[in-house]
Amino acid sequence: MTAILDFLQLHIEMVYIVILSIFLGIEVISRVPSVLHTPLMSGANAIHGVVIIGAIIVMGKAEADNWLALVLGFLAVILGTLNVVGGFVVTDRMLEMFKKKK
Amino acid sequence: MSGLLTLAYLIGSITFIVGLKMLSNPASARKGNLIAAAGMFIAIIGTIFLYEENGERLHNFGWLFGGLFIGTVVGVLAAKKVKMTAMPEMVSLFNGMGGACAMLISIVEFDHLANGHITVNIGKFIQDAIGQAAQHGDINIGAGFGNPVGKYLIILLGLIIGSVSFAGSMVAWGKLNGKVKDFSFNGQHIVNLIVLAAIVIAGAWLLIDVHQQFSGGNGSWTSNPPAAPFPNIELQSMADTTLINTLFYVTLALSIVYGVMFVMPIGGADMPVVISLLNSFTGVAAACGGFLYNNPVMLTGGILVGSAGTILTILMCKAMNRSLKNVLIGSFGAKATSA
Repeated sequence: MTAILDFLQLHIEMVYIVILSIFLGIEVISRVPSVLHTPLMSGANAIHGVVIIGAIIVMGKAEADNWLALVLGFLAVILGTLNVVGGFVVTDRMLEMFKKKK
Repeated sequence: MSGLLTLAYLIGSITFIVGLKMLSNPASARKGNLIAAAGMFIAIIGTIFLYEENGERLHNFGWLFGGLFIGTVVGVLAAKKVKMTAMPEMVSLFNGMGGACAMLISIVEFDHLANGHITVNIGKFIQDAIGQAAQHGDINIGAGFGNPVGKYLIILLGLIIGSVSFAGSMVAWGKLNGKVKDFSFNGQHIVNLIVLAAIVIAGAWLLIDVHQQFSGGNGSWTSNPPAAPFPNIELQSMADTTLINTLFYVTLALSIVYGVMFVMPIGGADMPVVISLLNSFTGVAAACGGFLYNNPVMLTGGILVGSAGTILTILMCKAMNRSLKNVLIGSFGAKATSA
């Protein structure tokens, strides 16, 4: 129990960010028209690509003799970049299609 | 964290919120996507050049830019070449990449924590220890830089959610392009529940073991006495890590199995809903990374996608006149009656 309370106290700012972000996320998209469901999903998919920052940190601080960290970090950077770049480009193409239809 | 990097992360977080907001309106959707992309770019560049840990900048730039370059080229080509009709499966594929990325981060960080060395600034370490002694009357070396159970928990969560999302997205991708057929057997949802329970048990066991090792004094740290007054020193864990290692990789394997089993029986027509759900999973996995690195942009971005993705999943179900429960569990029933 004390461990949980200590953890809360130590990370209280982050806990607040989490809670507020949850409500923000719900509010921000709650009135999306159904035609935009797929592009919004794709856009959100690109945004969770921020995980690439974790990959960059893992890769960037890997010691030169730690092959596990080097190889997996390198893979993680590639995959994360794919997620970010591919995600944003695909979303852009989807939305471009929207314009033409009109 | 330098001030400039903090600013970069702040900009990143704001653009994600604004971008999502604009994406939910047809008139501004395209601009919203570009704004979020710009924020992401700033956050990434800022991390590469400004991030520091214990006063040390990132290195391995060759590997880093190599990875970024390969990822960008492949990502742009794949996204540009894909046919309009194949877009949802592309989204699923990219989502799986994000999940795999979170999974790999967890593996490397776990390896660091359990088997590797921890670098501690000795000055801060002594300060913490003295502070503790003043508070509790004694010094617990292991607790000087925090009981690691919390860190293990976050790494485990990132691992489980990331690998479920990765495996699930891969199956969803295979289904949408027709390579993977629907597959279910009687009582599969019970098997799924058992696998899920096994994941929770393995994870909890790992955490309990870590906790016991550290509270029992077994997990104290040793070090050669530092030469200079306040250098960074490397600490080698004395804890017995065989069990921890085994449990960790068992959890990884089970999570991947669960991801496959979870998506396998769901019909192709319901795939967009499942992809949206897995999308929000990956968001939560990214947020775990935010906790791990104390990184606000990963945290806000991840949680935003996690909550927005969940709501979007529910909205998509509603648009199809179905409930989420119906999509996830109903398929078993439908399959059973038709078979």
